[in-house]
Amino acid sequence: MKKVKALQAALVACGMALTGMAVADGHSPSAEALAYTCAGCHGTNGQSMGPASPTLAGMSEYVMVETMKGFKSGDIPSTIMGRIAKGYSDEQIELMAKFFSKQEFSPAMQDSDATLAKKGAELHDKYCEKCHSEGGSVEMAVEDEVGVLAGQWKPYLHYTLNDFSAGKRPMPKKMQKQLEKLTEKEGDAGVKALLEFYASKK
Amino acid sequence: MGGAVAAKYIRMMDSSIEVTLIEANKDYYTCFMSNEVIGGVRDINDIKFGYTGLAKHGVKVVHGMATGIDAAKRVVKTDQGDFAYDRCIVAPGIDFKYDGIEGYDAKVAEDIPHAWKAGSQTVTLRKQLEAMKDGGVVGICPPPNPFRCPPGPYERASQIAMYLKNHKPKSKIIILDPKPKFSKMGLFTAGWEKYYGYGSDNAMIEWKGTPKGSDDQVLQSVDAKTKTVTTGFDELKADVLNVIPAQKAGKIAFAAGLTNEAGWCPVNGKTFESTIHKNIHVVGDASIASPLPKSGYAANSEGKVAAAAVVALLNGGKAPTPSYVNTCYSVINEYNGVYDGISVAMVYAWNEETGKIDKVKGSGGLTPGYKDTTEEMRAREVQYAHSWFENITHDTFG
Repeated sequence: MKKVKALQAALVACGMALTGMAVADGHSPSAEALAYTCAGCHGTNGQSMGPASPTLAGMSEYVMVETMKGFKSGDIPSTIMGRIAKGYSDEQIELMAKFFSKQEFSPAMQDSDATLAKKGAELHDKYCEKCHSEGGSVEMAVEDEVGVLAGQWKPYLHYTLNDFSAGKRPMPKKMQKQLEKLTEKEGDAGVKALLEFYASKK
Repeated sequence: MGGAVAAKYIRMMDSSIEVTLIEANKDYYTCFMSNEVIGGVRDINDIKFGYTGLAKHGVKVVHGMATGIDAAKRVVKTDQGDFAYDRCIVAPGIDFKYDGIEGYDAKVAEDIPHAWKAGSQTVTLRKQLEAMKDGGVVGICPPPNPFRCPPGPYERASQIAMYLKNHKPKSKIIILDPKPKFSKMGLFTAGWEKYYGYGSDNAMIEWKGTPKGSDDQVLQSVDAKTKTVTTGFDELKADVLNVIPAQKAGKIAFAAGLTNEAGWCPVNGKTFESTIHKNIHVVGDASIASPLPKSGYAANSEGKVAAAAVVALLNGGKAPTPSYVNTCYSVINEYNGVYDGISVAMVYAWNEETGKIDKVKGSGGLTPGYKDTTEEMRAREVQYAHSWFENITHDTFG
């Protein structure tokens, strides 16, 4: 810790701007102070009003930490999150993840097509349920340490699935296999049906 | 923006604190996304918000005009009476320096709108564009730095070009800029090239900047009758004219003695407490929070920092270490199935040693140029821009 402080003092003496990522000296912002800055795009306490920014409230701490680290390293593609995630230390990301995991998740208020949703439910059971259990519900997502699907915003899930399918976003081998099988057998219509199923979960 | 969000978050952080919001207007029209109203892709009512949502958080809303603050007695003076406070948060917004432009003032602005505070002038500008003949000239005169929403005038040019290209393709937009460069310049001009012929003989948008130290395009006078502007070098007669004057902090900041010689409010970046008057915090565009820009997102961030400081100080504690974010989206095109959005973002941190706000090294920056991105990513940015709008307005007023 002493070493960090000495380094900072030297930087100040050289007239260089410090970046303030000084968790070690006790000046790090609290989880709340960090997490409140996300609300501009992800809603108060991470409850997104949509249409595309995902809800963070209630998500698995592990998933959020891994996702933010992926944005930070560039392993996970993004429009803007890569630029944002680089602003935080791993400790700060963990603080934010803890904060959002404690917030209550409310399903997105969005339309869904009942016929497609029915088909989507079948596809979910066949291809996804094993890891995203209970229809991809938030409760099980936390337990299974996976992303929330039921009630998450549709455009966001669509973007993410596109990135997975295109091989741009890393995923477990099992998931890759299932996704390949799904797209091979059901095509884009299958993906669409899945999305409608998740959107139908209120 | 900054004031409303501070009020809500104080109540969220400590519901034992009594918060009164004093606001002159019943409705607030957000300046952000008002360019989409001008471009014709959003209704004015979509950017209109009320204050009833704040009441649900236990904020007492008083509709009245604050006319001054007695910092020594800790009293806000309003046309609805006096309000005593322990700590006061002021969000003065911006006002315009009309004096520098001969022939332009608040009254002329009703006809030759600045539309830099959203509301009736946003609608006026939109109506003028609708009434303009095909082949008409739209003149945009952006302000000198510093001003509210640095990418705003150029997003506005994009949105107007989008409308004209699809409805009045022989028309032209001429931007007379008192600056040599502007926010997101490379991204905007590349977008203008892609969609609006920028740089070609047939350009729909023409941008005339001013070399540093010269007054080539510095606005000097406006002839309201002929819709002609004169700069140090040019003269432009337009069919629709949008003059955005130089800016300063809003009226209440001056009335309360919170401004410096430049007309903005110096604050401590950790608490947003005025460095002129104790117990008064100034947030949003009126505050000097550099390197944070004068933007809606920054105001939202600042409001929360001020709220956290006020809650801690009222409880006898120390102001906590803040964190700040800014994100500004601009939509270059969203017509006929083409969606093209860009953004700039930054994470900021408080530096206890220097007593200043720093950009967090390595964070932030711009959307990549066309060669390093895809149409799909640009389309996502438009969706995220609209998501940002839904979320920041709900975070503020809901």
